[in-house]
Amino acid sequence: MSNGTRVLKALRRSTLQAIPTLGVILVLNFFLLRLAPGDAAEVMAGEQGVATEESMAAMRKLFGLDIPVLDQFVAYINNLLHFSLGYSPRYGMQVEDLIAQRLPGSILLMGVALVFALGIGIFIGTVMARYVGRLPDRILSVVSLVFYSVPGFWIGLMMVVLFSVTLGWLPSGSDQTIGADYSGLEWLWDRVSHLILPALSLSLVFIAIYARLTRASMLESQGQDYVRTAAAKGLSPRAITFRHVLRNALLPVTTMAGLHFGTLLGGAVVVETVFSWPGLGRLAFESIMRRDFNVLLGILLLSSILVMIANVITDLVQAWLDPRIEVR
Amino acid sequence: MVDTSLAGGGLAAARPDQRPNAPVGSADREGSGPVLQIASAQAARVGGREVPSAVARPIARPGTLRILLRNPAAAVGLAILFTVAVVALLAPLVFPGDPLDIAGPALLRPGTNAAFPFGTDSLGRNVAAGLAHGARITLTIGLAAAGLGLLIGVLVGSVAGYFGGRLDDLLVKLTEIFQTVPPFVLMIVLVAIFQPTVPTIITAIGIVSWPGVARVVRAEFRSLRNKDFVVAARGLGFGHRRIIFREILPNALPPIIVTASVMVAGAILAESAMSFLGLSDANAVSWGSMIGMGREQIRTAWYLTAIPGIAIVLTVLALNLIGDGLNDALNPRLSRSR
Repeated sequence: MSNGTRVLKALRRSTLQAIPTLGVILVLNFFLLRLAPGDAAEVMAGEQGVATEESMAAMRKLFGLDIPVLDQFVAYINNLLHFSLGYSPRYGMQVEDLIAQRLPGSILLMGVALVFALGIGIFIGTVMARYVGRLPDRILSVVSLVFYSVPGFWIGLMMVVLFSVTLGWLPSGSDQTIGADYSGLEWLWDRVSHLILPALSLSLVFIAIYARLTRASMLESQGQDYVRTAAAKGLSPRAITFRHVLRNALLPVTTMAGLHFGTLLGGAVVVETVFSWPGLGRLAFESIMRRDFNVLLGILLLSSILVMIANVITDLVQAWLDPRIEVR
Repeated sequence: MVDTSLAGGGLAAARPDQRPNAPVGSADREGSGPVLQIASAQAARVGGREVPSAVARPIARPGTLRILLRNPAAAVGLAILFTVAVVALLAPLVFPGDPLDIAGPALLRPGTNAAFPFGTDSLGRNVAAGLAHGARITLTIGLAAAGLGLLIGVLVGSVAGYFGGRLDDLLVKLTEIFQTVPPFVLMIVLVAIFQPTVPTIITAIGIVSWPGVARVVRAEFRSLRNKDFVVAARGLGFGHRRIIFREILPNALPPIIVTASVMVAGAILAESAMSFLGLSDANAVSWGSMIGMGREQIRTAWYLTAIPGIAIVLTVLALNLIGDGLNDALNPRLSRSR
């Protein structure tokens, strides 16, 4: 079987498998959210301080909350089949438009955090593996374990204290200076400076994971025959480390990175709240607190789909990188 | 929650002197507890030749705890965790009354008043009392949530791995569903829906954290279910329940134990993040909620955010150190991969 057909076969199989899973997730989410006490009408009435029976009933009718739950479900599915995620009374717009507004911010934050995590993590892991058992390894092992133990939101706040409040080097929130009309390099630096602290806070745990994983899998591949062959044909230790050991050790690291998408999104909820970053995570949290269930359902559905896509891509990359991996 | 399967790999290979299967086998049997039992079960499995039979139960030998104490990193972890536990136990005696009550002047800096070693917050509440009482909540939620996740994970994983077939497919599918919905988002949805109280927080973290254990347990059961001692147990006419819980499970414990310590750490981190967001029991102090409240004064009184955070980091670090130590002690396979 050629590489191309194997990959296509894997793709078809995962897509077919994803559909029922997604259906179950959809049903569970929908009815789980309907268990919540209170609805959007109540929260809004509470905030406005006016709550006559009539105004509440009118709001519920407007939000589609006045019909039985099963009918609401049918209406929701009907909307979905027309590629609509419903309407958010809170934001006064279609949920898909709202998500489309917030998604790029989250993707940017998560992407940069992942790049930080992979870059720094693989570097630390390589250093640890090269000096295994010696001082650099021991120090970095402790450092990575500390990274692994630090809550992202707390390190974010501490970095705000240091870099924003004390030193005044970096901004403490939002994704750009509000009201500033920058262009060119100034604009770029403004965006980058807003991105550094949140991305670092989000990446810390993953730096630790990738460092430890890189170290472990490099140590494992060091014992392989091809490494001995490389040493026997007279390659320098440096070439062996980078061209043979590290390259083969990266396979499990990329696999894990693909599987971390969901965890990363969870971290984004907290980090986006700390840094008032306009992204999907904060939107999810706000919609929970406001009982804005159409938005929440949309985010849950979308993030489940994104996790599945990430898994499929991981599988495909693996099948492509390593022909020994069987496509089930 | 982070995948736990790689919890150990890191520190493991660095300490060849700690290779556990060598010193375990001494014959003295002072004391025996659950931990010791585990060590022997692992020794039996690793030895390969002396697989425990269905009739002769593995004999408890001291080992794991001693190996753990000889490993400096794990010993430090145990010491920190012990201290936190003592603080949690003594909190009501040392700081009687509600830690949420006003105790003195507002915003005292740490070290300026002997009565308030860690200072006071914007409402004049004693930070030290909050820390001590917060330790109780943190440890309670961490242990109970990890226990619940462990229970569900072991049940699902063992049934799936032992029986295989259709049931296995179904349970694997269920595990996948729970791994597809982003765990932290699902957790805050659950807590928000059922109102943030200590029991709902425990339940939510437990419900979200079981899939990792289930996978570990399933893999162990699949590799053990056709071993001689299981076949022998079947031959003796033992029921499924007895074979699962009394024959296979004790032999599958080592990776579960390692996972458990990391799960407690993960549960504590999850709880702190939720209570930081305001999803915590309104009547109980927790370290995360102290950070959440202190955040409003971050520009003037950053110590209010820093101190509870350090408590979280130390506790979680202690658990991860213990997890690594347990991994070294119980999973010699990883130590040898060098």
